[in-house]
Amino acid sequence: MVVNQQKMRALSDRLAEDADSPGRSLWADARRRFLANRAAMTGLAMLVLVTLFALFGGTLAQWSNEELDYTVMGMVAEEGGPRLDNGHYFGTDELGRDLYARTVQGTQVSLLVGVVGALVAVSVGTLYGAVAGYAGGRVDNAMMRAVDVLMSIPYMFVLILILVMYGRSMTALFVGLGLISWLEMSRIVRGQTLSLKNREFIEAARATGVPAATIIRRHILPNLAGVIAVYATLLVPLMILTESFISFLGLGVQEPLTSLGALISEGAGTIAYGTIWQLGFPLLFFVLTLFGFFFVGDGLRDALDPKDR
Amino acid sequence: MLSYTLKRLAIAIPTLLILIVVSFVLMHAAPGGPFTSERELPPEVLANLNAKYGLDQPLWRQIVTYVWGIVTQFDFGPSFVYKDRTVNEIIAQGFPVTLTYGILSFVVAVVVGVTLGVVAAIRQNTVADYFAVGVSIGAQVLPNFVMAPILVLVFTLWLGWLPGGGWQGGQWQYVIMPVIALSTSFMASIARITRSSMLETLTMNHIRTARAKGLPERRVILRHALKPAMLPVISYLGPAFVGMITGSVVVDVYFSTGGIGKAFVDSALNRDYAVMMGVTILMGALTILFNLVVDILYGWIDPKIRY
Repeated sequence: MVVNQQKMRALSDRLAEDADSPGRSLWADARRRFLANRAAMTGLAMLVLVTLFALFGGTLAQWSNEELDYTVMGMVAEEGGPRLDNGHYFGTDELGRDLYARTVQGTQVSLLVGVVGALVAVSVGTLYGAVAGYAGGRVDNAMMRAVDVLMSIPYMFVLILILVMYGRSMTALFVGLGLISWLEMSRIVRGQTLSLKNREFIEAARATGVPAATIIRRHILPNLAGVIAVYATLLVPLMILTESFISFLGLGVQEPLTSLGALISEGAGTIAYGTIWQLGFPLLFFVLTLFGFFFVGDGLRDALDPKDR
Repeated sequence: MLSYTLKRLAIAIPTLLILIVVSFVLMHAAPGGPFTSERELPPEVLANLNAKYGLDQPLWRQIVTYVWGIVTQFDFGPSFVYKDRTVNEIIAQGFPVTLTYGILSFVVAVVVGVTLGVVAAIRQNTVADYFAVGVSIGAQVLPNFVMAPILVLVFTLWLGWLPGGGWQGGQWQYVIMPVIALSTSFMASIARITRSSMLETLTMNHIRTARAKGLPERRVILRHALKPAMLPVISYLGPAFVGMITGSVVVDVYFSTGGIGKAFVDSALNRDYAVMMGVTILMGALTILFNLVVDILYGWIDPKIRY
């Protein structure tokens, strides 16, 4: 091929001139795209708000989440509404407990379940997917077929089965949620690993005798960081949804612990008495949390994976 | 085509067996038996009970008996809590109800969702499009257990148009709210998927050809664009089906429709393992069957799929 000498020279000159202008790294680029995304920034603001509420909202509460307010008991519909003078900012529930304190606690539990459940799911899924993708061949086939099989099981029923049989503790919830949610993650990670493992730098590592486990840990996983971050963010709201679903049925966390789902369930059960705040406030925080995570997750995906648009 | 179907079937049957065995083993590994209660039972009574329900047999024999009963006679055994009822009776009572509003919800979600998505795509960046996109984003955070109380609040308590629960043999007033509550979030997802896949399809060459030869726009959309645009929607139907089956539990509990989900939750609260397993296995079988149908449908619509 004939190279256009003049063009080449012009290009090399320009490169030399620009050499000291700072390069933009992948992550700086992603950050710029994320910050420019209005929906994602709104989502982030919502998440910050909800997190601050969960962490420090308790210091503003004038009642604990277990105290019964005997002055409103029995007259919750008339006296238990949101009021500033008696310290029940969000009103009380039908037993006379302060709904503000309960909502703070419910938000804490829901966020905790979401984040820990997502962490379990991401760890298991990433490990499984990376091993399957890196091993390839028959091992990969068998491992992914198993995922196919597990995916066609209505997991919610199995999760409830597990919760009922092993006691409805937080640990059982974390483990159960994580264990049923890693499947999607493992598929994504496997696909990425497959496309990575034939690259030169992996080949070089293999040629110099680096053991497979080290290659996966040092060379494959860091390259998956972006994808993992995106799906971890999108998994959190799904975990919160699942937990709320179970709590709504009365099969999730047990009193005196509560979660947003359990509070929504209580509120939904008492709307006939006109105590609409019991549904409204937990629902508000539920919706804010979910929107926040969805928007941030979508924003991260757009920022880190610009070709997938 | 036939071998493709058979291959799918060859995966479906072991899946179901695995589901049965796993739930069975889970049940037996759990601390405390089905007859553990606050009041300690005398050991002789417990032994009698275990013998009656076959729980004194070795585990493998119990599994074989259980699976054999399901496969040959469709028999899920007796309930552990209600002494005079079998799991089959409990399921038979609720299943028709669940099936009725489940199928309706599914049809509503698909028809409304696809229509909304197609309209949004062909009127991209108009009010109709923004409406459809807005609805599908909003509905992401309105799962069935949020929709249900909101619907009751608006239509029963404020407007007084619809009864807040019950079934009454499936009269239309009692069916509307369960169907809306169950279908909304899936309708939104289907609309979103349809919209983006329709937009992509409309840029394809065969659509340009169809337009160039002067076909009316209506025909271009319905005959040429809709079919390829449906592929991602079809692959979403499987997860949507699972979601609806799961969501039916909420509908049954909240609207007191008397479907199978109520039996499931009651048995979960009573620790009636036999009913829980029966429902789980039945729902698993339905899911697997449905996925099989979707796979075959997909293979039929998409000519690129390898059999």
